[in-house]
Amino acid sequence: MPAIVIDDLAKSYGDLSAVDGVSLEVAEGEFLGVLGPNGAGKTTLLEMVEGLRRPDRGTATVLGLPVWPRNAELLPRIGVQLQASSFFERLTAREQIRTFASLYSVPHAAADEWLERVGLVDKADTRVEDLSGGQGQRLSIACALVHDPDVVFLDEPTAALDPQARRNLWDLLSGLNDSGRTVVLTTHYMDEAEVLCDRVAIMDGGRVLRVDSPAALVRTLDAPARITVAPGAVGVEEAQGIAGVDDAHESVDGVVLSTRTPGRVLAVLAERERLDGVRVQAGTLEDVFLDLTGRAYRA
Amino acid sequence: MSTRGPGRSAFVALSAAIFKGFLRDRGAVFFSLVFPLMFLVLFGGIFTDQDQPKVEVIQVGEVALVDDLPEGADEAFSDTFDVTTSDDLDDALEQVRKGDADVALEQRGDELVAHYTQTEQVKAAITQGTLRAFVDATNVAELAAQTGAEPTYTFEAVAVEDDSLTAIQFVTPGLLGWAVAMSASFGAAATLQGWRQSKLLRRLQLSPVRTGTLVAARIAVTVIVALTQMAIFLGLGSAAFGLSLTGAWWMAVPVVVVGTLCFMSIGLLAGAIAKTTEGAVNMANFFVLPMAFLSGSFFPLDSAPAWLRAVSSVLPLRHLNDGMLDVMVRGESWTAALLPIAILGGFAVVVTFVAARLFRWETT
Ligand SMILES: Nc1ncnc2c1ncn2[C@@H]1O[C@H](COP(=O)(O)OP(=O)(O)OP(=O)(O)O)[C@@H](O)[C@H]1O
Ligand SMILES: [Mg+2]
Repeated sequence: MPAIVIDDLAKSYGDLSAVDGVSLEVAEGEFLGVLGPNGAGKTTLLEMVEGLRRPDRGTATVLGLPVWPRNAELLPRIGVQLQASSFFERLTAREQIRTFASLYSVPHAAADEWLERVGLVDKADTRVEDLSGGQGQRLSIACALVHDPDVVFLDEPTAALDPQARRNLWDLLSGLNDSGRTVVLTTHYMDEAEVLCDRVAIMDGGRVLRVDSPAALVRTLDAPARITVAPGAVGVEEAQGIAGVDDAHESVDGVVLSTRTPGRVLAVLAERERLDGVRVQAGTLEDVFLDLTGRAYRA
Repeated sequence: MSTRGPGRSAFVALSAAIFKGFLRDRGAVFFSLVFPLMFLVLFGGIFTDQDQPKVEVIQVGEVALVDDLPEGADEAFSDTFDVTTSDDLDDALEQVRKGDADVALEQRGDELVAHYTQTEQVKAAITQGTLRAFVDATNVAELAAQTGAEPTYTFEAVAVEDDSLTAIQFVTPGLLGWAVAMSASFGAAATLQGWRQSKLLRRLQLSPVRTGTLVAARIAVTVIVALTQMAIFLGLGSAAFGLSLTGAWWMAVPVVVVGTLCFMSIGLLAGAIAKTTEGAVNMANFFVLPMAFLSGSFFPLDSAPAWLRAVSSVLPLRHLNDGMLDVMVRGESWTAALLPIAILGGFAVVVTFVAARLFRWETT
């Protein structure tokens, strides 16, 4: 049985169609990433699946239970981190997470453990208003996970995090997922999606454009790889002559070769000892994303 | 994990979280506790000075009433009045006019005449009321002596000092009413706005907590704050300013509780109308402060014009103040509080309903 079934969900704000007929299934234990430009409808979609917003059309079930209307049986089994942080005013980090723990009948000790897991022990006695953006974000994630939910929804959990905190959170999230939990997260970081997600849904204009594993998405993009070698290591004309090279040109970094058979081209370069300062760039999820959603700003 | 779900622990945790949030909000603590207490100290300090001295009476010539007071009453009389004698009526009146004495008493046949000035209103009222009581008491005693029968009504000498005339007695319930009204309405207004803006309510909606539990926790904290205010006011009033509570004062507890609910609903209304936390608190203050003036929180309405008293009777704070005055200091029985409780409860229901109709979480 899939953990989440989304069937033709739609939501409009006045004339604006924020989510426009999205259908998706997320398997139990799967890690799904939702990518999309600002305003694509990611938060709106997530909030409908969490049961926070009433859809105009369509249905969503989580763990086999309908999410709307508010379902008290389902709520203890899902964990939610909202895009805007939501804390009790003037409580310290520890009091905050303990309060949330109590709402789920979870003992204080477990709550304190979560503070440690997100690296906030030093800030346990700091009021939430005085936490930095990233610390608040981490606290908010800990509050979402404190009751050990089966399905976790995280809306841009790493948005304000420094690189260390981001890596630590990745470890934490893949750990969650390894223990069989289903995780849905939205993000603007392609590397994050590639590292964490089993599958990625790319959204734009309220619709899901493509759902697949990051690797499969990159493959289908059929983007050429780019091989760059140090300036002078190889001439542009020589490079254009190598079998499999579609195009070669000089850039500030050196000579750039575009090819769909990077392995063979590299072998030729190696044979001729032309590998000085070589860098290879395969097609990335970012290329796929930009290819699908275009480069123009969104409203 | 079979005990998952909302319950007592959720209620306690939410109440504790809200209460801590209140205690750490300096502005809220100041406005609900410190600020009204400053008024109590100020008013109490001003008025206690005025209560201490006895009423100075100049007795002109023979006054049978004063000379042959019935047994027991003479002591009470000398507690209230400080009597000096004089033979010169004009001189005595001059002294009263200049404020050296408070009353000049003379007897014309069977008539007892008291000359006093209206400039000292409190003393004039005490004099008038007390002397009338003594005259009545003496009449009763005389009648009883003439007929040889036991008087049907006996006179309790202690009762002559009318408590309602002591300023601290009306200042305390009035200021307490104002304090309760402020903290309940500001608290509700700020909480509603704060939670709406911080999205906390949406997050709580996704936890298994029932809406009823959340509302109950908020109410519990506000009621605890109100009862704390009451304890501090009554404690300080009695200890420092000579406040004395009458028999059914405990009935003021339910009055305060229902009054708290009523003003929470007014705060909800302010929170529903306003767009920001500051706006909501200002709006609540805009409702409460004028109401405090019109409802006799700062000065008694007894001498206010009739139209003002009519206006004040539609204000919930007037009923909160009156309910407390009746049972706390006017010595009325506990049933006197029932009508104010009913009126305040009615306000709470109607205003909550209106607030709920006006309230919008946000756009959709
Ligand atoms: N409460 C609302 N009222 C009106 N319009 C809204 C509301 N919430 C969202 N929208 C609009 O719906 C669209 C989708 O918004 P949504 O928040 O779902 O985007 P998102 O993909 O989460 O964007 P971001 O990456 O910036 O978080 C946007 O155009 C937004 O302006
Ligand atoms: Mg969003």
